Amino acid sequence: MESTAHAFKANVGHALADPNLQDSLAKLKVGFSERRRQAAERLPEFEALRDRARDIKNHTLAHLDFYLEEFERKVIGLGGHVHWAPTAADARRIIAELCQSVNARTVAKSKSMVAEEIALNEHLEALGIAPIETDLGEYIIQLRNEPPSHIIAPAVHLTKDQVADTFLEHHAKLGFDKRLTERNDLVAEARYVLRQKFLDADVGLTGANFLVAETGSSMLVTNEGNADLSNTLPRMHIVLASIEKVIPTLEDAAVLLRVLARSATGQESSAYTTLNTGPKRREDLDGPEQYHVVLLDNGRSSVLGTEMQDILRCIRCGACMNHCPVYGAVGGHAYGWVYPGPMGAVLTPQLVGVEEASNLPNASTFCGRCESVCPVRIPLPKLMRHWREREFEKHLTPKAVRQGLAMWSFAARRPALYRRLTAMANRVLALFGRADGRYRALPLASGWTRFRDFPAPQPGGTFHARWAKRKS
Amino acid sequence: MSDAPNDARAQILGGIRRSLRRGELSGEARGAVETRLADPPRGPSVARGQLPQAEKVALFCQWAETLNATVARVGSAEVPGEVSAYLARNNLPANVAMAPSPLLDGYDWASQKMLSIRRGRGEGSDQVSVTGAFAGIAETGTVVMASGPDHPVSLNLLPDTHVVVLREADIVGGYEDVWGRLRARYGKDLMPRTVNTITGPSRTGDIEQAMELGAHGPRRMHILVVRD
Repeated sequence: MESTAHAFKANVGHALADPNLQDSLAKLKVGFSERRRQAAERLPEFEALRDRARDIKNHTLAHLDFYLEEFERKVIGLGGHVHWAPTAADARRIIAELCQSVNARTVAKSKSMVAEEIALNEHLEALGIAPIETDLGEYIIQLRNEPPSHIIAPAVHLTKDQVADTFLEHHAKLGFDKRLTERNDLVAEARYVLRQKFLDADVGLTGANFLVAETGSSMLVTNEGNADLSNTLPRMHIVLASIEKVIPTLEDAAVLLRVLARSATGQESSAYTTLNTGPKRREDLDGPEQYHVVLLDNGRSSVLGTEMQDILRCIRCGACMNHCPVYGAVGGHAYGWVYPGPMGAVLTPQLVGVEEASNLPNASTFCGRCESVCPVRIPLPKLMRHWREREFEKHLTPKAVRQGLAMWSFAARRPALYRRLTAMANRVLALFGRADGRYRALPLASGWTRFRDFPAPQPGGTFHARWAKRKS
Repeated sequence: MSDAPNDARAQILGGIRRSLRRGELSGEARGAVETRLADPPRGPSVARGQLPQAEKVALFCQWAETLNATVARVGSAEVPGEVSAYLARNNLPANVAMAPSPLLDGYDWASQKMLSIRRGRGEGSDQVSVTGAFAGIAETGTVVMASGPDHPVSLNLLPDTHVVVLREADIVGGYEDVWGRLRARYGKDLMPRTVNTITGPSRTGDIEQAMELGAHGPRRMHILVVRD
């Protein structure tokens, strides 16, 4: 998809003014995040598992080439194929050629953020191949021609009523001409409509939560069962995964699974966790005849060994966005590209360029909740700060901010001057009164006071002055 | 298929090695990761599932029911009767698609005169499937299905109702115990095409974060836990 990350401020304006979005976002606080807290409390080993999950991913990243080669060897040994895609364009071309090799007309797709990243659907459609999103949330937004707004709940920005309107609009021609009001009826209607599409699809395309080097398996975690129908019914199964999804062994998978579902939705376990290893065996009664894994780099290998490497530990649970006050206020679309929230604020500048996405790492209060819930302990605020530094180095920071910082740093390096200036500012601010402890408006500061109060200096002078008095 | 695929492979692996500031792993460093792969270290032990067998079975049943499956604990002679009774209790048709497994063939299905059984893979029109299970996981009430000629994957997914026959002896503590059993059955590093671990009926939280059952897979899962 085309990035609108550069227009973050305008996107935020629209998001704050959208009552449906605000209704939906209000549910995040009592939904995923409260359930995560309860699930973590039910498992005494949860914190130890998070430490271990972090260590497993760090170990894998330090030996990523080895584990990818090992994974490839195992897949080939069982009759599968591995395709290496340095760029998004390479991955699109490989997948399109695979689909064309079996004259595919439709592709049953299970939710894949990497597929969003490489804009796969648009590419397939242009070639006359119809991708059918089968995850309920993805299906809803595909009907609405919208991008996902969350990495595990793509339609989280919509209310039930909006979904009902969308289904009525698109399903009426299939004979479903009654507007539904209950969630379970909406789920049942989507199930009915999509069932035949699964049975007719020529290719099933899924992502992968993990790739297990030990066995050459791709591991998929879902609640609906759509990924499993996608990898069992069509005659070709294509797995699209980025290179950092590989992990060493099944034992490592056990650790990561225990933190993934709990961090994501607060579930003890997702309904379906599936290991797929190669194509249908000769004596099997079902399964795909061909099994292909497309390994996408798209810039990730260049993140290794840099200060940003920690983001490659991400297992895409969505906890950081579920707990983020900024995401909770503006939703995922405002971020303007595929990955929203704190992990998106770190990953997006890497994938689309800091020039395009420099707003995102700035859209954080650095409250630290994202890091405190991350199952693999990614220091997200620190990584966002690195982007701010790079933005400054590249002279992308707005002129007013740079000038302000230059003035502040000039003064801060001259303590006597600094003390005189702050004492003066303190006296000037006092002229505007400090009765309430805050100002609703200040001259020259409407950019600040239009949206929030400015704290008034308390009696007794500056901090420096009060500290000096206290010490004497 | 694609242009110079080996170049793409070399490009990615070379890029990784450049970033990690080393060449291909060799010597002691390679030995260490090969050892880790050959003898996988376990993560922190989860106390919840580490129980005597009888308590593991009880914990399995408790979690399976908490996570929206239903459970019946039966003796092996009662299995066919419980399947018929479950279908009748829930007003389901007495037609089932059954996995062609020696384990299931060992039960006396002929005793159920009203039950019609088709053995084979799952079809889009199936209402009810009956399958065995490779294992059960006490920690989360999860059933584990290993694909093969005796267990088509489609039976786990297509029918509205999935009836699972699980022997008590196959209930283990956690995932790690299942991996041990898979290695013992299929050989180290080898796997059946598909291993499904399934916890309760299909569900979705995609509309307003509220969990609704019966998304694409079975709407109901009934587990017969069979005494040995």
